[in-house]
Amino acid sequence: MLFTFSWLKEHLETDASLEEITDRLSMLGLEVEGIDDRGEALAPFVIGYVKEAKQHPNADRLQLCVVDTGNGDEQVACGAPNARTGMKGVFAPSGSYIPGSDMTLKPSKIRGEDSNGMLCSEREMGLSDDHEGIIELPDDAPVGEGWAKWAGIDDAIIDIALTPNRGDCASVRGIARDLAAAGLGTLKPLNEDKVAGSFESTIKWRRDFPAEAGDACPMVVGRTFCNVKNGVSPQWLQDRLRAIGLRPISALVDITNWSTFDLGRPLHVFDADKISGDLTMRFARSGEKLEALDEREYALEDGMIVIADEKGPQGIGGVMGGMASGCSEITTNVFLEVALFDPIRIAETGRKLGIISDARYRFERGIDPTSLAWGTEIASRLILEICGGEVSELTIAGDMPDWQQSQTLRTSRVLSLGGIDVPVAEQEQILSVLGFDPKVEGDDLNCAVPPWRPDIEGEADLVEEVLRIHGYDDIPALPLPNAAVVPNPVRSAAQDRVETIRRVLASNGLVEAVTYSFLDAKTVALFGDVPDTIRLVNPISADLDTMRPSALPNLISAIARNQAKGIENPSLFEVGPQYSDDTPDGQTTVAAGARAGHTGARNWAVAAEPVDAFHAKADVLAALAAVGAPVENLQVSTDAPDWYHPGRSGCLRLGPNVLAQFGELHPRIATAMDVDGSISVFEIFIDSIPPRKSKGGAAKPLLTLSAFQPVRRDFAFIVDEDVPAGNVLRAIRTVDRALITDAELFDVYRGKGVEDGKKSLALAITLQPKDSTMTEKEIDAVADKIVANVTKQTGGVLRS
Amino acid sequence: MTTENLDSLRDTLFAEIDNAADLDALEAIRVAALGKQGSVTGLLKGLGQAAPEDRKALGQSINTVKVAVNDALAARKDDLEAGALDAMLVEEAIDVSLPVRPHQDGCIHPISQTIDEMLAIFCEMGFEVAEGPHIETDFNNFTALNIPPEHPARQEHDTFYLPEKEDGSRLVLRTHTSPVQIRTMVAEQPPIRIVVPGRTFRADYDATHSPMFHQVEGLVIDETTHMGHLKGCLIEFCRAFFGVDDLPARFRPSYFPFTEPSAEMDIGCSREGGGLTIGAGADWLEILGCGMVHPNVLAACGIDSTKYQGFAFGLGIERAAMLKYGIPDLRTFYESDLRWLRHYGFAALDIPAVTKGV
Repeated sequence: MLFTFSWLKEHLETDASLEEITDRLSMLGLEVEGIDDRGEALAPFVIGYVKEAKQHPNADRLQLCVVDTGNGDEQVACGAPNARTGMKGVFAPSGSYIPGSDMTLKPSKIRGEDSNGMLCSEREMGLSDDHEGIIELPDDAPVGEGWAKWAGIDDAIIDIALTPNRGDCASVRGIARDLAAAGLGTLKPLNEDKVAGSFESTIKWRRDFPAEAGDACPMVVGRTFCNVKNGVSPQWLQDRLRAIGLRPISALVDITNWSTFDLGRPLHVFDADKISGDLTMRFARSGEKLEALDEREYALEDGMIVIADEKGPQGIGGVMGGMASGCSEITTNVFLEVALFDPIRIAETGRKLGIISDARYRFERGIDPTSLAWGTEIASRLILEICGGEVSELTIAGDMPDWQQSQTLRTSRVLSLGGIDVPVAEQEQILSVLGFDPKVEGDDLNCAVPPWRPDIEGEADLVEEVLRIHGYDDIPALPLPNAAVVPNPVRSAAQDRVETIRRVLASNGLVEAVTYSFLDAKTVALFGDVPDTIRLVNPISADLDTMRPSALPNLISAIARNQAKGIENPSLFEVGPQYSDDTPDGQTTVAAGARAGHTGARNWAVAAEPVDAFHAKADVLAALAAVGAPVENLQVSTDAPDWYHPGRSGCLRLGPNVLAQFGELHPRIATAMDVDGSISVFEIFIDSIPPRKSKGGAAKPLLTLSAFQPVRRDFAFIVDEDVPAGNVLRAIRTVDRALITDAELFDVYRGKGVEDGKKSLALAITLQPKDSTMTEKEIDAVADKIVANVTKQTGGVLRS
Repeated sequence: MTTENLDSLRDTLFAEIDNAADLDALEAIRVAALGKQGSVTGLLKGLGQAAPEDRKALGQSINTVKVAVNDALAARKDDLEAGALDAMLVEEAIDVSLPVRPHQDGCIHPISQTIDEMLAIFCEMGFEVAEGPHIETDFNNFTALNIPPEHPARQEHDTFYLPEKEDGSRLVLRTHTSPVQIRTMVAEQPPIRIVVPGRTFRADYDATHSPMFHQVEGLVIDETTHMGHLKGCLIEFCRAFFGVDDLPARFRPSYFPFTEPSAEMDIGCSREGGGLTIGAGADWLEILGCGMVHPNVLAACGIDSTKYQGFAFGLGIERAAMLKYGIPDLRTFYESDLRWLRHYGFAALDIPAVTKGV
């Protein structure tokens, strides 16, 4: 909402400075977004008289002008064609800043002649693009006086950001009312006197709505003006509109725009001679179209309010008028529309048609219903004043809706909700100036909500009104009372696991990324089907149209992007959501990671190796172990989903519950996503990890250390190629879980000495006796059992 | 064997010992002198042939020589060993300017770090984390938050929609973390004190908007919490978060459909010299929105609004991170450029805690 300081003073009697006003506006909830104080910017420029203009001796296109600045004469070199002896113009002295050229003037010599200051064009003043010549001022312009002030363009333009509830402040008058309530002046009265009509309106209002939809346009007022002259508006009106960025069009149109911004009362004027019969407020009929004032054609739908004559729609109610029935400079007979609409329908219509208009902005926020009466009269008076002619009596259809509502403020609520003890008298005074007509009744203030405040719904709103005007700054800040000196953990155990995994993966050398929850359908297709329920209806682009079924694709794309930038061996992870459907349970939290290229840079001491499935598996196991997952008991299966290399990937599971999957990325996907070289990935399904078992508090089981030497023995088993090593390890451990404390697989050998189709697995097994040192005989007995069980479980035989 | 001869043997052995070039030579000398066939050993063996009256004195003399030779051998051995060790150490020297074996540290994204910092502060004030789904019902995201259909506030949300269902309803990507307020209040009775960090989505993309971003939401509901507590809580939070003890703060009236009264909080800043410094200065910077929970919102969740009240607030996590850490561009948060991540990221073990300041 734009307005100027002088415009504000039309409604507000005040001595307050611009700064006081703007500071206060922000603290009233009318946030000042910008102040363009042109008076200050244009202050250095004075009205100058060109006493003499003569040809520059050394330049064909320049003149030397002697300018009477009111403060002595100055010689100025000037290239403007219209510079001439005896004219008055705008003089910029040396040292002044020229806004349109972004430069500060300095005394100079131009082609050998002194030049102090400058005569300015409109473009140099930042007023327009006109640079044909210098500004010419009338003969009666007072030499030496400030030009901006004399020209009436020293007005500060103020821009405030309106919150959706404050439709009343979409008008200069509404803003003035708030400032008056805040003690920065008094609100001037409006002249709401009735303008008597001298004949019956030639056009009558009708309403034609289904019985249940009468509130679409509960009431509309109008009247006809005859023999008007729709010329250009008076200067004051043009200046007002220009200052807020509106283009003056014609007196009638300018009056409607002025009313919209000055009073928050949108109006519409029809050229009465272009209207056939009477005007009816009704819903659009299917197939109806209208070319609106923005010169675009709109297809109208049922539920949209139109203003129609016998030929059809002539305007879209509350949104925009029609082109055909609009006023032009030849208009002589005018019909004025002053209507009230249902805010919701206006919002809906505006949104569907994609029309943003000043009328819609106000109607959808709700306007003062009583403006039907006073708005009509004020507009009528202005039309007659500016355009002349005769005015008819009113034509009215519908009834004034029941807008009156009363609200009670328990005065104690200002303290108990607002946190500050505002004296009752002050509460009463604030509400009174805001128009709430408060009546004291015991400890309560009974308020009549003014018609311009449809946003006031209850006591909390009244508390806000009192606080807002009194000032939020005065509310004493108090600490939140804490029930416990030592608070509970902010995160639950389940939430904390997510954070633990995040930091474990970072410790493992992976870099955390945060990527979008959505991605493009084409990439999604590489990762299997997703239900249509998680495809966005209105994606911001086709690249971001599907909720991600896995956190991997975005990471893999990021890996490829980094590689394309020449970053070697990128490794990334993300802890975030994946979506299997549109239900809350369909969203799960995963930790996904990807390592590409080699394990590290080439190094003199260690050979860098291409990343493989075991790097991914190591990341997974580190994360799982950190959150207490039973890592020792996990089974490894080879049924990872299709985006993994089918022979180089696995799942870590507890029975049917898959905790994680890992492996090399399927080469087909790696190629499709432009990944260069090896890439291994993993996904940890954090929600599927069983909670850490805790038996009675934080205490750990008692540590019992054996006094006896552990025994280490190496074994080598020949097994079939397709026997998983994990099975051999399990067969060993299950022989005696108490005694066999460790089994490390330290070599896998194929080749000479091992027949084709077989492999040799070398293991170091640790036995930890608890009661006595083991004898050779006992050790041999355990070794025999181990060999027997490996043979039984896996078909493996001890390598001889 | 005379004493002179004995002395001569001793001196000869001493000389040989001194001249021994290495441990092997020394050992040979030891064997030649003290071994079974050694010269000194031989003298001891020959004691029996000496006159009985001389035996004792001679024995003592020979033993003295033996001890002296033994000591000389040991001393020489120590010398030789020390020399050998020194030689070995010289031989073993390496170029310590060589780089170490490669080790790449990972790091934590500034969004995660910022959330952890915020939670560390809110933990001290007795808040607990609540979470909710990103795909939300229209009711939880709008209606229950006192934003009915066609409310102007809805237009400002640029909502992402999911396909319309058979019953005409359509789910949305949550436009703010506020639906978690609703979920929490529907499930629990007061007192409630939660913070809700998480992803939010709006169909807007330019230099200062991302279609996905993060918010942290706070909600306090009990019987007595009022705007004074709101101010106290949020001023404390901002001072702790930005690490500026005297950070100026002001609250301006504002409007959110789900709070009444509503406010926006500004913190002090300075833009002198082109940069932005958080702290006392000539300017104000909008940091968050807040207010007392609207009675309609409490009622929509089945909470008695005549008995309970409280406040809610929400702020953008990326924006807070940008302000605190001087990150210039919002969009870079999601580009996963490793150079950016390593530059603006945090060490894995840099876990925010109020014990060390966040």
